Formats: sequence, C-alpha cells, structure tokens
Amino acid sequence: MDFSVLLTDLPTLVVVIIGVPLVLAAYIVGGEYLVRRLPDKSRPAVRPWIWVAPALVLVTGFLVAPAIGTVFQSFQDKNGVFIGFQNFAAQLAGFPTGGAWIAIRNNLFWLIFYTLFVLAFGLLLAVLFDRVPYESVVKSLIFMPMAISSVALVVIWKFMYAYQPPGQPQTGTLNFILNTVFHQDPRTWIQDETPLLGLFPLNDLALIGAAVWGIVGFSLVILSAALKGIPGDLLEAARVDGAGEITIFRRVIFPLMMPTVVVVGTTLVIFALKAFDVVYAMTNGNYNTDVLANRMYQLLYNSHDFGGASAVAVILLLTVIPVLIFNLRQFRAVEARR
Amino acid sequence: MASVTYDHVVKRYTADLTVVKDFNVEIKDKEFMVLVGPSGCGKSTALRMLAGLEAISEGEIRIGDRVVNNVAAKDRDIAMVFQSYALYPHMSVYDNMAFPLQMQHMKKDDIDKRVKNASRILGLDNFLKRKPRALSGGQRQRVALGRAIVRSPKVFLLDEPLSNLDAKLRGQTRIELQKLHRDLETTFIYVTHDQVEAMTMGDRIAIMNAGILQQVGTPGEIYDHPANLFVAGFIGSPTMNFVPATVDNGTAKASGLEVTLPKPVGATKGTLGFRPEAVTDRVVDGGPSMQMKVDVVERLGSDQFLYGQVGSDQVTARVDPRMKVDPGDTVRLGLDTRSMHFFDAESEKALI
Repeated sequence: MDFSVLLTDLPTLVVVIIGVPLVLAAYIVGGEYLVRRLPDKSRPAVRPWIWVAPALVLVTGFLVAPAIGTVFQSFQDKNGVFIGFQNFAAQLAGFPTGGAWIAIRNNLFWLIFYTLFVLAFGLLLAVLFDRVPYESVVKSLIFMPMAISSVALVVIWKFMYAYQPPGQPQTGTLNFILNTVFHQDPRTWIQDETPLLGLFPLNDLALIGAAVWGIVGFSLVILSAALKGIPGDLLEAARVDGAGEITIFRRVIFPLMMPTVVVVGTTLVIFALKAFDVVYAMTNGNYNTDVLANRMYQLLYNSHDFGGASAVAVILLLTVIPVLIFNLRQFRAVEARR
Repeated sequence: MASVTYDHVVKRYTADLTVVKDFNVEIKDKEFMVLVGPSGCGKSTALRMLAGLEAISEGEIRIGDRVVNNVAAKDRDIAMVFQSYALYPHMSVYDNMAFPLQMQHMKKDDIDKRVKNASRILGLDNFLKRKPRALSGGQRQRVALGRAIVRSPKVFLLDEPLSNLDAKLRGQTRIELQKLHRDLETTFIYVTHDQVEAMTMGDRIAIMNAGILQQVGTPGEIYDHPANLFVAGFIGSPTMNFVPATVDNGTAKASGLEVTLPKPVGATKGTLGFRPEAVTDRVVDGGPSMQMKVDVVERLGSDQFLYGQVGSDQVTARVDPRMKVDPGDTVRLGLDTRSMHFFDAESEKALI
C-alpha cells in the first residue's frame, strides 16, 4: 500500500486525530461550564440535553433528514417535479406480477420462512446444546457464519447449489447428494421456480435457506441465554410436580422464553423486510427472486429512477416502522422483568 | 402416606468427593423428621436423592415398600417445597397450585375443589389470580406450600422453606407448619440448618455433619443425651460449655473445676460438657463449685447470661436474672451434675 498519501494529506489526518476529540472535549467542558452558571433548580433539566445533543444532531442529520428527503423524492419525477402518487402507482401497478409485486410477494415469503426457520432452528439448537458437553465450542461453530460477509456467504452457497447437467459429475453439494444418495436428476436450485406445496418457489426458499444459515447463530445465542436464565429449581419443581420433559418445555420453559422469542422474532421480521445482500449477490433479483430492497437498489443505480426507488423505500419504511415499535416495546418489557 | 427408608445410601460425585456417606435412617409413616446440620453437610443432597433430583450412588431408598432408586422424580408421588419456592412466574397463584394436579390429568372440577380447599387453609383466597411477582415473601411461601399440599402426596419434602422469611414470619410459619402436619397426617421431611427449627418442629431429628449421620432421636433425647461432641455443640443456644479435663480416680479435673463423675468412664483424658443452665448461682452442699471471673453480663429479662473465665476456660452460665453481677466481678457458681457430659478425647463420643 502507498502510505505517501498519508503524508501528503497530513494536515487532514492531524485535524481528524486531534481536532475531533478536541472539539468534543471543548463541547463537553463548555457545556458543563454554561450549565454551572445556571440557577441550581434548572440544572438537572438542562444537563442531560447537553449530553444527548451530539447524538441527536447526528441522528437528525444522517437519518431523519434523509428519510424526509426520501419521502419528498417519492412524490417527484426525475426532474424534481411534484407528481403526486404516480411513483407509488407505478410500483403497485400490474398486480400480481408487474411493478413491485414480485418483490412484495418474495418479501412476504422471506418474512414467513426466514423468521420461522431461524426461530425454530435457534430454539431447537439452544435446547439441544443445553445438554451437550463442550456447549460453548459447539455454539461458537454455529455462530461462525455471523462473522462472514454476506457476499462470502453467497459464494459458499453458490457452491452448495452449483448445477451441472445430468450425467456430468456434480460439483454442487446438494446436487451431489441428490444424485448419489437419492439417484435423482440435479436441480438448478437458484433458477428453479417450481412451487413447493403449490405456492412457494424453490429458488426463493434456496435463497432464504442460505440467509438462515448465516443468521441462525444470532437467534441461537440469544435464545440460549434466555434458556439459561430460567432457574434450575423451577424445572426441578416441575419434575417433582409430575411433569415429563416435553411438558416441562411446553408449560414452563417456552412460556418463560416467550418474551425473548418475540424480541428475536420481530428483529428477524425487520431483517426479512430489509433482505438485500443475499438476493443481490446470488441472483440480483432474477428468476423472480427480487425483494424490495434489491428493487430499490436496481431502480436507483440501474434505472436512475429516483422517484421509483424512493417510493419503494417509503413502502419499506412504512412496513418496518410498526414492527420496530412493537419490537422496542417488547424489548423494554423483557428488560423490565429482570 | 408412607414410611421412608434410607438404606446404606451413598452420594458420590467423584472418586474423592463423597457428600453423603453410608446414610441409614428409617422415617416412620406420618412422622415429622428434621434433617439438620451445618451447610454443606449433605442434608439437602439426602433430601434431593429422595425427591429423585439426584442419582443415588450406592444403597437403597424406599418409599413404603417400594425401592425408588430407578423411579423418575415425576413418578415418586412426593411433593417438595424449595428454599426459593420455585413458583412458576408466568402462572397465577391458582395455576401454580393446579399444575401438579393437571399433571395427574385430574378433572377440572376436582382440581378446582382441591385448589380452593388449599387456598382456604393457607389464607390465599384473595390472591388466586395474582402472579407470584405481586406477592410478598410470606405469601409466596404459602403458595409453595399450597402447591405441595393439593396433591396429598405420600411424602412431603421441605428444603429450608423458612430461610427466606424474616424472623417474625418464620416464627409464625413454624407453628403453621406443625399444625399443617397434624391436619394432613402425612410424612414430613424437613431440611434446615437452624437448630431452633429442628428442636421445635421435629418429632425426631437426624443430625448430619460432613456427610455422616451423627445421631437420630427426639429433640429431648438429642438435647439431654447428645451422642458426641459435635451434636452437643450444635444443639442448644448458647452452646454447651466444653472444658478439657483429665480423669483421675473417678474425678474429672479441669483448670478451674473438679467434679466427681457419676460413673466410671474408662478414659483419662476428655472434654467435660455442661449446658449454661446446669451452672447454678448456688453451690449445693458437697457439690462441685467454680470461681468465675465475669467478662460480660447479658440481661434478657427472663434470663441472665454470664460469660467469663473459669480457670483458663471460657464458660457461659445461665443464672437467675435477680442475681446481682457486674462485669469484672468474681462469682462462685455451682454445677448440677445430673446434666453433665463427658466426651472421649480421641473419638469425641459421649461417655456420660
């Protein structure tokens, strides 16, 4: 690497390393100095604001303002002319296959299966690992995919799903198993839109499967912590009270884990609604696997349709906000119980 | 209702960690048996083996005539009250008590009848819809009791159930538990480290130390005839006085005291033991006497305790509260030899 750029830009570097902390320190010291000059009574009311103000400024500048800008843009055409709901109308036209509908449908699939699988596997693994020696080692293994970049994850799963025509040696893991163990023809996992149960396209599920593998460690770790938080003597009491292990799980363990399950579940719902990276890297939305976030990206950078992209963003935002509020409330409820 | 038998029971965690050693007790039907001992003595482990929460390493535990070594906890038909109460936090008081009955697939009406009955006995009628979180410690404790009594179990196990209550409530609950035991006519096995609970509640007491059963007997037997030095020191408050003594020709000599032993002990060295109340403020004619240099005087109204030196030994005396003594005084005290003990120096066993 060429470090000379650091030298040529030395003044900037100095400003960043020394100036930024200096400004922050000056702000705090100055703020505190001003607060002390206030009468005793009003100090407690003012002081917290001094401390949260930088965060508020950052959030407003980098989150709230752009969000409002996006909302404005969603009502404008390419030239910035106000066109009312036309962008939304374009995105929501041609039900069920036109506009954004395929993406909306797929987001719905993601919402259902991604959330369900991650929760179910996480819960199952948490309960099983609770009884396994070397639990922490095994858990770290499951958690490992969380450390991988989504693009690397997609590369791995492209190998898993790789397809060679029938008769040729199968390089993809799944097709190899399908071929040698079940003696079936290989499938094109990420292109095959055959609906399972007459409704859910195979390739959608393949994409969701890869994403689930990447995130299941997250739900495992949190659910496992919740499981460990249940006092052992509760389970012993249930045993003495005559309950079998399955009944204990159903009547004691699961209800006590429920608040955590809900928090993890709603977090996953938000993840599912925001799904982008796996789809973008695996199919780029082709073969009818598009999702809203990917569509937004395509509209923005390929079609330069700022209005359309903003409209999709607003649709996404409006769906996420209620879930987010519910999630925060639940999280607070869980914390309040501690 | 059933008897419980521990037959040469051993609990071993690893080759060199044995927490219960060769434990033999027979608990009679409808008896209130208290397992008492200092913390870590294995009393809770003994109870948990009976409950089926710990595996039995060696020996046999029988409930009635049935060997339960390989019977799962849920099939032993016992009820247990935990120190932490272990109430299900997500269930109402009613559901907490109904839970063991639901596990037996009892009919709803019968469950309702039993829960209502238990809540009436325990005074929980107004709290049935509440969650445990919204109850006080004493109320939670009663819910835990209620959950145990609704089942009419064969045996009732209580693991330090009073230790989380304040002193006043503990006193009340002690009496309530005894009443409950009388009304239910069930075998109670009660684990505690508190000798007062043991003395006041138990039909019989089993004292454990370091995994070994020291003595089993009624509170009176244990108080008056402790089997060894440990039991003598564990039971009674203030504790029994122990003074080292040598025996010569039927007379035990301590540093500030000489007593003629009521019977030969066949040992030359040992420990003389006498309870504070055996020390009298009057010397009986011809009886033993001692000079005590008083360090501390505790006047409790009904009692007066003197703590002081007799010879080179520390001695506690319980004397008449009207006796006028001040710290620093030297007083002459007598000793009632009828409640005196002598422990062997080697084995620490009681010889008298």
